[in-house]
Amino acid sequence: MNDAGNGTGGNGATPTSAPAAGAEPVVVFEDVSIGFEQKPVLENISFQVHTGEMRILLGPAGVGKSVLLKLVNGLLRPDSGRIFVFGKEITAMREADLFELRGSIGTVFQEGALFDSLNVRDNVGYRLIEERLPDDEIDARAEEALRFVELDHTLDKFPSELSGGMRRRVAIARAIVTNPKLILYDSPTGGLDPITSTTIIQLVMKQRDVSHTSSLVVTHRIQDAFILAMHRFNRTTNQMEALPAHHTDPNTTFLMLHQGHLVFDGTTKELVHSNDAFIKEYIS
Amino acid sequence: MALETIDAAAKRGVLALQDYALLSARAVSDLFRRPFYRSDIYMQADIIGVGSLPIVILTGFFLGGVLALQSAATLTQFGAAAFTGQLVSFSMIKEIGPVVTALMVSGRNASGMASELGSMMVTEQIDAMRALGTDPLKKLVMPRIVATVVMLFFLVIISDAVGISGGGFVSVFMLGQDSSQYFHTSYQSLEYPDVLQGLVKPIFFGFIIATIGCFYGMRTRGGTQGVGRSTTQAVVWSSILIIVCDFMISRFMIGIFGR
Repeated sequence: MNDAGNGTGGNGATPTSAPAAGAEPVVVFEDVSIGFEQKPVLENISFQVHTGEMRILLGPAGVGKSVLLKLVNGLLRPDSGRIFVFGKEITAMREADLFELRGSIGTVFQEGALFDSLNVRDNVGYRLIEERLPDDEIDARAEEALRFVELDHTLDKFPSELSGGMRRRVAIARAIVTNPKLILYDSPTGGLDPITSTTIIQLVMKQRDVSHTSSLVVTHRIQDAFILAMHRFNRTTNQMEALPAHHTDPNTTFLMLHQGHLVFDGTTKELVHSNDAFIKEYIS
Repeated sequence: MALETIDAAAKRGVLALQDYALLSARAVSDLFRRPFYRSDIYMQADIIGVGSLPIVILTGFFLGGVLALQSAATLTQFGAAAFTGQLVSFSMIKEIGPVVTALMVSGRNASGMASELGSMMVTEQIDAMRALGTDPLKKLVMPRIVATVVMLFFLVIISDAVGISGGGFVSVFMLGQDSSQYFHTSYQSLEYPDVLQGLVKPIFFGFIIATIGCFYGMRTRGGTQGVGRSTTQAVVWSSILIIVCDFMISRFMIGIFGR
């Protein structure tokens, strides 16, 4: 299996991602630990996400993947360690300053987390409404984002009128409407049927290959992770297609959590050939 | 073991009190920070104020009526039935109007706020709001506090007026008293400190209802069961605090004005 990336990662918690040449990391975790009610959840986590890179965070359910994602956009604060996003140390920032920073981060929550009292247009254009942009501009940008997820006919519908898959797609539209520099996906396919999951993964891939946005994708579905690593989005056919045999996407790399520790940080090839018993069992 | 339990419970209590104080202080300070969510305040004022009007009118009218019924029966024994109006207006304006209206609004709106915000918490909508760069305290809590304080103030005035009218209705049509005597004694005996006392209370009660409702809503954990628990706690604690606060304000006002 050829990995076109220049990742040098392997087992262990060393921050060894596959950076684009000369690019400054978008996200840096330095020895981050967090616990709840005196129980450690994440311990000494260190890794980086570089510009244009997609990092897929794997791990069994309940290992702290969503917690890690919430640490990235400052929804949770670590007990120790430092987190840098776009070069700013968010662990030292006030909540009021974090609101501004979050304007450059799109987040897709586990169940979509759409505002159930707002229709699809207002959900997708929420941030634009908050910025008090003219209605015409909000309409145009919300429609454009919804067209990306192929749901531009649902503008006036409410979340309760949408299926689970459609809600996830609207959540993706809401996350990309402001063209963020970083997107966080929290189990975007969790609880969905295989066909809908593939549609969502295709959208995640489309965002990666068309907009080249840095992203951190949390999932416990290994098949979704490998689809992302071994396929690319074809703009001409508007479909994803498999990469040539033994090739993987160079900008897609992996992180794996186990029992609160980062047990893997590296490329697809390194993941597949890992000798770690847990990783072997997980990906088998 | 028992000591550890008491220690943990005390720490939880102090922590909750600290969180409540912080939430209230931040929400109040958000009043002076941009953006100012005017339309959200109007919407909440409609839900809390206009929506509570029917129950406030109904309870106010029948409370005034029952006050007249009960007090007239006692006053007649002392040949003082003519003072029914005075007793009804005193009771309604100083105590029953503000307290009962606040308890009714608490039952309807503190629970509503706790369940609405609680549902948003458990479905990650509050996190989504924060992730989208909006401060939920500013967007959700501050408008509810402003709307509740302002609307409860007016609801209490309406309740007082309807309650005195209800007392008048019972006194005139059921007890056969003279209407002009009833209304004359009602307002003649009132003094500014009485009215002031009746108008200061809803400001504090409104603040208690909104902050307690939002506080329990914002700290909801544990799915639908957690939402139910928050709703119950919001109503229980806002009701308790309203009555405790009523005693403290009454004592304070009587201390200042002597009545």
